[in-house]
Amino acid sequence: MTKYIDSGKKDTRSGFGDGFTELGKENENVVGLVADLTPSLKMGEFAKNHPERFFQAGIAEANMIGMAAGLTIGGKIPFAATFANFATGRVYDQIRQAVAYSGKNVKIAASHAGITLGEDGATHQILEDIGLMKMLPGMVVINPCDYNQTKAATKAAAEYEGPVYLRFGRPKVANFTPADQKFEIGKALMLNEGSDVTIVATGHLVWEALLAAEELEAKGIKAEVINIHTIKPLDVPAILKSVEKTGCIVSAEEHNVLGGLGESVARELSQANPVPQEFVGVNDVFGESGTPAQLMEKYGLNAKAIVEAAEKAISRK
Amino acid sequence: MASTQELENFCTQVRRDILRMVHAVNSGHPGGSLGCTEFVSVLYQEVMDHDSDFSMDGNGEDLFFLSNGHTSPLFYSVLARSGYFPVSELSTFRKLGSRLQGHPTTHEGLPGIRMASGSLGQGLSNGIGAAMAKKLNGDDKLVYTLHGDGEIQEGQIWEAAMFAAHNKVDNLIMTIDANGKQIDGETDDVLSLGSIEAKFEAFGWDVMELAEGNNPAKVVEALAEAKLRTGKGKPVCIVMKTEMGNGVDFMMGTHHWHGQAPNDEQLASALAQNPETLGDY
Repeated sequence: MTKYIDSGKKDTRSGFGDGFTELGKENENVVGLVADLTPSLKMGEFAKNHPERFFQAGIAEANMIGMAAGLTIGGKIPFAATFANFATGRVYDQIRQAVAYSGKNVKIAASHAGITLGEDGATHQILEDIGLMKMLPGMVVINPCDYNQTKAATKAAAEYEGPVYLRFGRPKVANFTPADQKFEIGKALMLNEGSDVTIVATGHLVWEALLAAEELEAKGIKAEVINIHTIKPLDVPAILKSVEKTGCIVSAEEHNVLGGLGESVARELSQANPVPQEFVGVNDVFGESGTPAQLMEKYGLNAKAIVEAAEKAISRK
Repeated sequence: MASTQELENFCTQVRRDILRMVHAVNSGHPGGSLGCTEFVSVLYQEVMDHDSDFSMDGNGEDLFFLSNGHTSPLFYSVLARSGYFPVSELSTFRKLGSRLQGHPTTHEGLPGIRMASGSLGQGLSNGIGAAMAKKLNGDDKLVYTLHGDGEIQEGQIWEAAMFAAHNKVDNLIMTIDANGKQIDGETDDVLSLGSIEAKFEAFGWDVMELAEGNNPAKVVEALAEAKLRTGKGKPVCIVMKTEMGNGVDFMMGTHHWHGQAPNDEQLASALAQNPETLGDY
């Protein structure tokens, strides 16, 4: 199978921070807002370079989202940033009325998403944010897989006109996508071609899907791996084309299985080509404290779980 | 500059519009709309530098954000009568397929609306964002917001109030419609606001009182004074005393008409108190 090289572990939030720093130099309409988490979101460099375009909202997320919506009226491109939990559930109504329904060009930059936030525990580990955001009409939902892709996605989000939810995480993970890879919103990326099972993965689970495909290959199973970095709009043609060939599918995500990528995929398949599907994700429970690796193991979010799900999906063909 | 009589005629016609719009669909919010008629009318007719040839960004224009979106019939009437869209369109209010949704939205592309409102407590944040964008753009025009007094029970208002003072957002004039009433009754009974003036002063705002919010001449005066207070390092707040249901005797002095439409008989009585001045839609 295609060989992917981990060029060294890096955090996706730094991909956001570095992309945002470059945006600051390239586009004077880009402005930043943060709710008392500048270092966590890696926004310090932008804040230092462009203090007039960086707004410290304090621990007041609802006001931050409302101000971001207002800034777009003067032609600004605001990135409103905080932890994913506070960037979505806490301010769902503000996002719904002032951003999505009002059709504003706001980018919600959500860090520390998912269970890999680790030791802070369930109060901070949101596993429902993709569902919340994808249900909003007109909202684009992006969940990139590594540092390079998050950086590229940040810049693509600024170029896109309309509301975007950009989700990334805290831990250092394998950085394996090319630094110069073009990020096209809504265009899935084929990572490995195969004929026995399709694995669609998003975010931190993409690397695990590649590891799973290697394990499957050793067992004589050819897995097709697709990186779904954009959950909405979903690249339905790419998914349908793949399952046409493989006849079964596994979805893998660091999110509640309710409301996430897997459900979006299942909905499309149920109408166009119902094939066996297995879901790798958190099974409708809250997380807990632990190291990211321990939690990924305990909640079944790793290559091993994907291999098992692939074998099960194949057996159901 | 319009004469006081011209402003009064404008307000009377707006009141007629509100009453007829709400009556036609047997839904909507006449009480607060009537109470703020003079303020919004004066704002659009006398005070704001604005262009009915609408652009969303409003660069080089004063901007207004209606935070208490349930007073939409008032907003629609004033916008239509200020040239933003045909007055005849007021007859579609709250009907299927209309651009005049129950609460204002950008979604239907109605000229004059820059932000959806209806879920309370959000308009001050929106106004602050727009005011900050004006500063970044070197645009010296002002941003106005209108809120209900009940609405400021929402916590987001106080997040925004803190931010605006800390960041010296001094191209912003916030107005609170202090009619002392909300859906469930008197604000003092539902959840007392205490001294609104003292609260905003404590938050670092320059606070003004407008005792006669239903007197167009006094509204003109107060807004002129408020404009003079901008640009001095503090956001400006006008606490405006009004009478809910103003201009219709049986709607005044009660919270009953917050979200209640008049029946045929009541409409006839209300319209008799507000004779046609500029022509009905």
